[in-house]
Amino acid sequence: MTPNSTRFQVETADDGRQVLSVAGEWTIWTVNRVEEQLRNTKIRYDAILDVSELGRIDTSGAYLIDRALGALEGIDDPIKIRGDHPQIDRLLGKVRKASPAAPPDPIRPPGLIALLDRAGHGAVEAWRELLGTLSFVGETTATMGRLIRNPRRIRWTSVVAVMEEAGLDALPIVSFLAFFIGLVIAFIGANLLAMFNASVFTVELVGIGMLREFGPILTAILLAGRTDSAFTAQIGAMKMRQEIDAMRTIGLDPMEALVAPRLIALLIMTPLLSFAATIAGIAGGLVAAWSAMGISPVMFLERFQDVVPEQHFWVGIVKTPVFALVIAMVGCRQGMLVEGDVVSLGRRTTSSVVQSIFLVIALDAMFAIIYYQLNV
Amino acid sequence: MSYDATLEPGHDADANELVIRVRGLTNRFGSNTIHEDLDLDVRKGEIIGVIGGSGTGKSVLLRSIVGLNKPVKGDIEVFGQKLNEISHEKRVAIERRWGVMFQDGALFSTLTVRENVMAPMVEHTKAPRALMRELADLKIRLAGLELEAAVKRPADLSGGMRKRAALARALALDPDLVFLDEPTAGLDPIGAQKFDELVRSLSDALGLTVFLVTHDLDTLVAICDRIAVLSDGKVLAIGSMDEVRKNPHPWIQEYFSGPRGRAAVK
Repeated sequence: MTPNSTRFQVETADDGRQVLSVAGEWTIWTVNRVEEQLRNTKIRYDAILDVSELGRIDTSGAYLIDRALGALEGIDDPIKIRGDHPQIDRLLGKVRKASPAAPPDPIRPPGLIALLDRAGHGAVEAWRELLGTLSFVGETTATMGRLIRNPRRIRWTSVVAVMEEAGLDALPIVSFLAFFIGLVIAFIGANLLAMFNASVFTVELVGIGMLREFGPILTAILLAGRTDSAFTAQIGAMKMRQEIDAMRTIGLDPMEALVAPRLIALLIMTPLLSFAATIAGIAGGLVAAWSAMGISPVMFLERFQDVVPEQHFWVGIVKTPVFALVIAMVGCRQGMLVEGDVVSLGRRTTSSVVQSIFLVIALDAMFAIIYYQLNV
Repeated sequence: MSYDATLEPGHDADANELVIRVRGLTNRFGSNTIHEDLDLDVRKGEIIGVIGGSGTGKSVLLRSIVGLNKPVKGDIEVFGQKLNEISHEKRVAIERRWGVMFQDGALFSTLTVRENVMAPMVEHTKAPRALMRELADLKIRLAGLELEAAVKRPADLSGGMRKRAALARALALDPDLVFLDEPTAGLDPIGAQKFDELVRSLSDALGLTVFLVTHDLDTLVAICDRIAVLSDGKVLAIGSMDEVRKNPHPWIQEYFSGPRGRAAVK
């Protein structure tokens, strides 16, 4: 056995007292070798500790020795030490003072009660969420009302910055995606309609589809994913660093300084982006129709003007400000709800994107029902 | 990996051994020079306090030594190993021998305090989990926290408690060298004094070397063996409190002879 190997021994001395001899290195790197064995060894708390062969020791080693000699049972007699060691006295003293009493364990209620408990918490949580959402909508409305009455308070610098970041910068991706969707619709339509010898109706399919539905909804979903996460993360990080508290203390209204500019910027940019997406989608359809069916661009556009009534454009574009409101409000509200820790930032960003995409699609369905009833 | 006795935790060498040896350290951010040809020695077992005005690069020096900041020039040796030349394995072995406490605690916010303290143990030691829990609780108590704090998350702790939790994590592996960045900033005077006593007694009991960045004059007086003053990118003065106070440099004179300085050294 090497002199450094961690070991211990319990003997009974002639006078009947137990002696615990420890030897070798007792540090956090080595104590796992003796931990279990020592735990299972019965040692009287008044045993003498022999340290004459003890090597290096740190608080972990001292803790184990202290534990073996009854510290956990709350016995507070000083340990009698035999042999010389430069650190053992001070270490044992430190460790004994800090020895944990019985560590607290969270109490878990039994199964059924726990289930009811969770269900109750869930219900209360849902109710609070509803109230919170309503109050946020109210607060936003009030703020916007104030700003409309007093437009000089609108922070145009922020508005323009958000317009660029959330609107202009999204233009390439939005138009790109819309172009491909238009292309895909045209291809599907061409195949299906060819069965009835009506492939020229592809123009109507692409035109009406993009104008009424795909342009606005594609834009809204992209904004929900791209911009909402940014809104929540920005405002959430400010919340975490107490910047929002600081704003309040110097009399800046976060609703006015953070929420309103984002709302206004999206209200302006969403219809514009949606318009660009629609154009790009129609261009995609045009390219597909040209390449797959030989419908020339001139013919495509002429037919487009003849058969697609203008109302479809308005039907689509009218929805976009509503989407903009929902996206901006969800993003800002989730940002405001971030608490002090990183986990809640992640959770809020996720739920911000999920909620806004859900709401956008649900609202779109409602619009579809209303339009159907109105016969437009 | 070949065995190297000097890498073992707690490898004992003579007391004059340097734990940290910085030579010709130069740090620049853009055109802003933080350190210019800085030399610094930290001896085994001492508590060294690094002071200096704001922006003199105290924290950058600490970050350079622990490898979070890549210097433009210069050598940094810790435990006799040149940090920029050694292999990854040796570097990990050295990292196991030091603990760092950041200014704001830098506790992992997804973990409880106990899990935070256990994190280095889980990563590096083979101890059974139950023992790690007990040892983590011990460290938490050693750092002056009540055990109720062990199951809380950092977000639920006060600033002072977070500092203690961060100290507990820095001590998790019973390191030979501890870096403390402004450990007593933001603590109440009683808490700060207890923290000082704690650091001093740990250093005495464990032979701990402590690298302390601080502005707390009471801390400097109470526990530091030596003080290093940073200014103009260099170590302006280094030595015991009395030696440093005799230095005629205007910043040092102003620092120690202001009302706070006088009150602390009285």
